This record gives sequence, C-alpha cells and structure tokens, in this order.
Amino acid sequence: MSGGATGSASANAKSMSIIVTKGSLDWAYPPFILATTAAAMNVNVTMFFTFYGLPLLLKKLNLQVTPLGNPGMKMPMMGMHMGLPNIVGAIPGVDAACSVMMKNLIKKKGVASIEELREAAIESDVKMIACQMTMDLFEYKLEDMIEGPTLGGAAAYMEIALKSDINLYI
Amino acid sequence: MMNQLLDAKGLNCPLPILKAKKALKDVPAGGTLEVLATDPGSVADFQAFCRATGHELMESTQDNDVYRFVIKRLN
Repeated sequence: MSGGATGSASANAKSMSIIVTKGSLDWAYPPFILATTAAAMNVNVTMFFTFYGLPLLLKKLNLQVTPLGNPGMKMPMMGMHMGLPNIVGAIPGVDAACSVMMKNLIKKKGVASIEELREAAIESDVKMIACQMTMDLFEYKLEDMIEGPTLGGAAAYMEIALKSDINLYI
Repeated sequence: MMNQLLDAKGLNCPLPILKAKKALKDVPAGGTLEVLATDPGSVADFQAFCRATGHELMESTQDNDVYRFVIKRLN
C-alpha cells in the first residue's frame, strides 16, 4: 500500500538528532518543524526529549507561551508589532490569554498545531526518546505519555549523535 | 498517467511539504502530483524537497497568489 520510503533503507540516507529541552508553545515549534520536514526529505530523525522538553510527549498538551522576560516577542497588533511590558506579563492570567491568542493566530495563518506536527512526526517514523532521568526527576509516568517514545539516557543519545550528520540542541 | 491533486492553499510551512510527502505515497511511479499553495516559501521548499527525494519538479508556476507545482514520482 505505502510505497514511500522514509530513507532508512538507503545506505546514503542522512540522519539528524535533536535534543529538545524547552516546553513552551513557541519553543515547541522549531524541533517539530525541523524533524517533520527532514523526515519528509528522507532524513532519519531522532528527537531526545529532556528537561522542559519532556512534557511535549504528554498525551494531552496545553502549551503556554509567556511575554514575560521575552523581549523579542512582538506580536502584530493594530498594524504594528507590539510587546507587552513585563509588569503586565506578570499579572495572573496574562500568560493564559497570550497563549490563547497565539494559538488563534497560528490557526488563522494556516500554521500546523503542535499536535498535528507531533502526529506527522510519528507517522514519518521519527524516533522519539524520553529522557529517563527527567522522567524520574519531575515524576512523570510513561502512561501519561503518547505511544511510541522509548526511554533512554545520555549515552543512548550520544551514540545516535555520533552517527548523525546534523545534531541540534534546541 | 494518473494526476493527483493536493490543495495546500492557505497552509503555511511545513504543511505543504508534509502533505505532499503523504500524498506522494499514493502516486504510482511515473505518476504526478499537482500541488496548489499560497505560501511563497513553498517555491524554494518544493525545489529542495524534489532534490532531496529524487522526484522531478516538472512545473513550478504562479498565477496571482496561487503557486502550482507538478511533481513526478520517479521511484
């Protein structure tokens, strides 16, 4: 039925590893966009989720973004690009509101949601590894995670990285 | 020759490429996939995608703000 190869059969296939260390809505995009695009281009991709990147593997995602302490974050508003003063960003509820607005903007512009990208990554056989140490440290259970990721540590990652053409730390 | 159509208008990077990859799985060798997109970045993206996957980019044109790509599956 499916004739598309992911490249794993080709001896010349390139490979990429990505260490995913951040878990906010904005930081979730680079690793998933790169992983899915590379997989579409026949690259063998491995994503290692550690520290704040680990919750990106949870079944239910409710990713948040904050303007607080985020001076580069300037959103299109009223014809200009505007940032929010830190003192406003610190008010309870503002993060949640900004996250909703960001998600609406993403949807409106036809950009994929993280859930969609994650699904596409799994479909394209992107290998996902959950950092065992982080699972212990932050008391996450494997049952709370999506199906697919395996557990591993730094050495498991290192072996993959040593053989990869591209290694990214995000 | 079978020509499949993928409407990726209104979708932003990397969706046009991801959906094209998925659609190409159903295209037989020698068949073509026509992609319509509005993302200007998709012009360079589809060139790179075809170079990387070995498929042939037979056409890459623009009509107002709609880009049209025709990809021939070679393998």
